[in-house]
Amino acid sequence: MKEMMVILLSAILVDNFVLSKFMGVCPFLGVSKKVDSAFGMSLAVIFVMLMATAVTYPIYTLLLAPYGLEYLRIVVFILIIALFVQLVEIVLKRFIPSLYKALGVYLPLITTNCAVLGVTLLNIDDGYTFSQSLVSALGGGLGFMLALILFAGIRQKIDSSELPNAFKGMPATLVAASIVSVSFGGFSGVVEGMFQ
Amino acid sequence: MKGGLKVFLNGILKENPVLVLMLGMCPSLAITTVASNGIGMGLATTFVLLGSNVVISLVKKLIPKAVRLPSFIVIIAGFVTIIGFLMEAYLPDLYDALGIYLSLIVVNCIILARAEVFASQNSVGKSALDGLGMGLGFTLALFILGSVRELLGSGTWMGIEVTANLFEPIRFFVTPAGGFFVFGIIIALIGIITKREPKKAGCQNCPSAESCGMAGVNKTEKEGA
Repeated sequence: MKEMMVILLSAILVDNFVLSKFMGVCPFLGVSKKVDSAFGMSLAVIFVMLMATAVTYPIYTLLLAPYGLEYLRIVVFILIIALFVQLVEIVLKRFIPSLYKALGVYLPLITTNCAVLGVTLLNIDDGYTFSQSLVSALGGGLGFMLALILFAGIRQKIDSSELPNAFKGMPATLVAASIVSVSFGGFSGVVEGMFQ
Repeated sequence: MKGGLKVFLNGILKENPVLVLMLGMCPSLAITTVASNGIGMGLATTFVLLGSNVVISLVKKLIPKAVRLPSFIVIIAGFVTIIGFLMEAYLPDLYDALGIYLSLIVVNCIILARAEVFASQNSVGKSALDGLGMGLGFTLALFILGSVRELLGSGTWMGIEVTANLFEPIRFFVTPAGGFFVFGIIIALIGIITKREPKKAGCQNCPSAESCGMAGVNKTEKEGA
């Protein structure tokens, strides 16, 4: 249990996918203009990350690894994620239209979100068990959500402030992201210390 | 021939994927703590871009429109696997330094964007030039980012001591936060030099936004506002 908490909290705070690994920076900068869309996007990401891990992990350990096909994992994983996103879209559209309405537009974007492929590959590189992988995927998704929502709040402030012309838009956003990333740096070491 | 040169230079300067279009930011920020990693990552991406652009341009008429994105992704993933093998065999140090980001070239939006916007509509020769130009533009951007961060953050350049007696290296620049910061400043400088207002954000500029669903997001954001 303790180990699970360490994995979960370090995935959210210390090894945050966006702010310390730079995975999913495109949606981080693209969809963080408003808090609602940031929330919808991150919910979809959490969902897909968890499901993708649940599907890719058994396929890797039961199908690819025993037959020495580890090198196929990039091709297999990205196909699974792409197929899976399509499937989720179809199922949601048919059975839970309200959820589809909320998440629908964000789903196709997720195929090319490197955080999703990243989390499935990292779980295997780190030698996690199945349950540990799921926890780390959940932590990664929650970390993505935290970063996105925090940042959406900050961006609304930036948009309404007066800036030098050259800094308007992207540069100011990036510098603000840098400051948020520094603040997350304060968490390093905290998680390990918490459980000692 | 003149058209070919224009296509080639377009990727390096006018539509530089990182500095102007702002695509593929994950690897640009993650591995550019030293300049040499930037070059390695850039050349690996160039290889994948060149290969996928050529193959996609060759088979563009065979792929049904409905399944083109998954097909493109599989072709790209194949090339990424090849470059992974080559690098592991011949450049093991670089392979370790790039780590997972080498695999993540698959989801680099630049490659999919060029496949969708250029290679699936143009001849093989032009697509190859476009891939080469875009790849070298990407390499150039990564090299600039990596050089700045390495000089300020570690006091070295391509592994050579440079600023040993001038100032203490500032660790901030090799942290993730430093990556965002340097990138922001460089974009602002480019804005001042070219007297252009910097573009707004990543995905919206992506030429393939329409097909990946980003257009829908933009629309809802506009409607909401």
